[in-house]
Amino acid sequence: MRSETLTINMGPQHPATHGVLRVALELDGETIVRAQPIVGYLHTGMEKQAEYKTYTQSIPQTDRMDYLAPMSNNLAFCLAVERLLDIQPPPRALHARVLLTELTRLASHLVWLGTHAMDIGAMSMFFYTFREREQILAMYDQVCGARMTATYFRVGGLAMDLPADFLERVTKFLDTMPGHFAQYEKLLTGNAIWVARTRGVALLSREDAIALGVTGPALRGSGVDWDLRRDLPYGGYDQYQFDVPLGVHGDAFDRYLVRLEEMRQAVRICRQAIEKLRAIGPGDYRLRDYKYVLPPKELVKTSMEALIHHFKIVAHGFFPPAGEVYQGIEAPKGELGFYFVSDGTPKPWRMKVRSPSFTNLQALDTMVRGRLIADVIATIGTLDIVLGEVDR
Amino acid sequence: MTPLTPERIEERLRERFPGVEFRRPDGAAVRDHTLVLPASRLVEVCTFLRDDPELGFAMLSWISGVDWLPREPRFEVVYGLLSLARRARLTLKVQLPGENPRVPTVTGVWPTADWLERETWDFYGIEFTGHPNLVRILLPDGWVGWPLRKDSPLGYEEVAFTHNTPDRVKPSPGLKKLGPKKVRTRAQ
Amino acid sequence: MNDRRDPAADDPLRILGPAPPAPRTEEEGLREELERGLLFTRADSLIGWAVNQSRANSIWPLGFGLACCAIEMMSTLGPGFDLSRMGAEVMRPSPRQADLMIVAGRVSLKMAPVLRQLYDQMPDPKWVIAMGACASCGGIFNNYAILQGVDKIVPVDVYVPGCPPRPESLIYGIIKLQEKILATGVELGPLVKPRRKKGAA
Repeated sequence: MRSETLTINMGPQHPATHGVLRVALELDGETIVRAQPIVGYLHTGMEKQAEYKTYTQSIPQTDRMDYLAPMSNNLAFCLAVERLLDIQPPPRALHARVLLTELTRLASHLVWLGTHAMDIGAMSMFFYTFREREQILAMYDQVCGARMTATYFRVGGLAMDLPADFLERVTKFLDTMPGHFAQYEKLLTGNAIWVARTRGVALLSREDAIALGVTGPALRGSGVDWDLRRDLPYGGYDQYQFDVPLGVHGDAFDRYLVRLEEMRQAVRICRQAIEKLRAIGPGDYRLRDYKYVLPPKELVKTSMEALIHHFKIVAHGFFPPAGEVYQGIEAPKGELGFYFVSDGTPKPWRMKVRSPSFTNLQALDTMVRGRLIADVIATIGTLDIVLGEVDR
Repeated sequence: MTPLTPERIEERLRERFPGVEFRRPDGAAVRDHTLVLPASRLVEVCTFLRDDPELGFAMLSWISGVDWLPREPRFEVVYGLLSLARRARLTLKVQLPGENPRVPTVTGVWPTADWLERETWDFYGIEFTGHPNLVRILLPDGWVGWPLRKDSPLGYEEVAFTHNTPDRVKPSPGLKKLGPKKVRTRAQ
Repeated sequence: MNDRRDPAADDPLRILGPAPPAPRTEEEGLREELERGLLFTRADSLIGWAVNQSRANSIWPLGFGLACCAIEMMSTLGPGFDLSRMGAEVMRPSPRQADLMIVAGRVSLKMAPVLRQLYDQMPDPKWVIAMGACASCGGIFNNYAILQGVDKIVPVDVYVPGCPPRPESLIYGIIKLQEKILATGVELGPLVKPRRKKGAA
């Protein structure tokens, strides 16, 4: 008896694809023969647009890439440009950036946990994690004025100084987090349904993961011990103590445990950052190199040179040396990198974004062959993709 | 393990590929270790870089195209490699002419290059010979043109303000302006 | 002021094909409106009032989150700013069961035909909220890839500015939409004879 495969479309509008992802599933009965993701429904032309804007004007665009972890994208951008200019932010800015980036990691993993669990069926997780995330967004609001698209980091430091009571607020929040983590574990980790839906699902072997360029918790869930914060440190992370969790089997359940542990380590790094910030005390939040960085407002209003520098940087932009640079960071989704080619003018000649979700999504086909349709939902959830980053 | 220095990588490459010309790109601030090589030897060099136990560049991080329009060779394809075992990065560059730019695919070496090369094809029109499925990935399927080339327009649409639309239709002076309608909702 | 001016800007809507022909006479225009289900009497009947109340107070959004605004929409549905207070209890995944399409996020040209198809699949009466700057006018992205405002392809009832708008802004937009619904006339169907007014078409 001859049988044929059926190709169905999991369309761009779907409640569980985390954005506008289209997957063409070729099915034999209910088993998947091939799953081909079709992307581009959110393509925004950010790389082309960056060639028409100065470096600082492109920072707001980076928030819209991985919109669940906006300050992480800002950090990658600013670190790449700082490496091109060969400057370092002052220590207070460095540690404030680490603090906010780890809070961002926490926020991103909370959304991941809420939506992944909601897709699989545990709907109350969505409400629990978004309750915590509201507090982090309120902290973002206090620090830079915007709940989500922060654009808080600048080349050479921060846009504004941290508010006076910010550190106490973060400390109070961090003190409540272990209780919440215990709540999540109680709801999911020992739950027979959760284990049945995620154990053995979305398997990715070590060799496949490295060959497919997968990075981030998906890579660590498969047992590969690689974390850019520890192995190729950037932005002050070499001064912090943290552990890197590793999975064993490479299935969705291991990735869930890896991300849960990463959340705990993020809380640990945040506490260390707060101690360091308290030890440094008040200080510069931006580098005092006025060729590239805006001078502080008090100087602009009193000194002529500072005024001219301010005018030049805002109106025209700063002039980096001609060359190129690539800087990758460990974003919550994987390795996020920016490659800049500069021709000496204030606008980049080329900006290329190495997006973790774009590369991780290629592994969907390998992870889902021979499984059932419901496992596709679990796989998309466990890969933790953000379409803004995939399509840019 | 001693850290892998750029000099050691170049030494190994030159001893394994004596006829191939590896040079550093020019530019005042090339902050990463970058090597320019001819397109014809790309696949062999990449296979060697991946399989050699001392180097072990097992992961391809990213591929980018660059368009240097007034300059010949016009296009560059840049490959970012990552060695997990030796904790090192390496950037390889291939320079291509403006007419019919083509370079062999590295999907045989690193399967991740599939979508990365498709993206470069989509943006620049650089053909990767031997690619299993070289079609558009991010732009709509029927799109004509290569948007990230320097001679493609940004597509900026003039925003309509009052100062650049002198012949717009203005509301007639007798038009009654409506205020918000008072509705009684259950909450009240 | 730093943008490089672009002389050869293409019409971004060219991939959608030629526009449908405009109606020639007034009668044809009115018939077209009728077929689209637009309304033409004041809500001066009890049935009209009741229908409007039920439409406004139990409006079901279609889950159409595209980009960052979708996350703020999810926050609005979440525990902090509960949208089901306004009646939007369930987010219907299928367009056939939804009556409000909240376009949350930037609409790329690849997505535009999909959006139009979803809008056409929604049954009447239907409303559209353009949430955020990108849905209203293209937002910060004025380039080859993004549709400069979703009102180029679907009729929009409420525009909610912001990038992304705070959940309170979205809730205010939905309240404004409810006011709009309560103020509209109701088209009475074939079972109820419409009262003929003197001189009406």
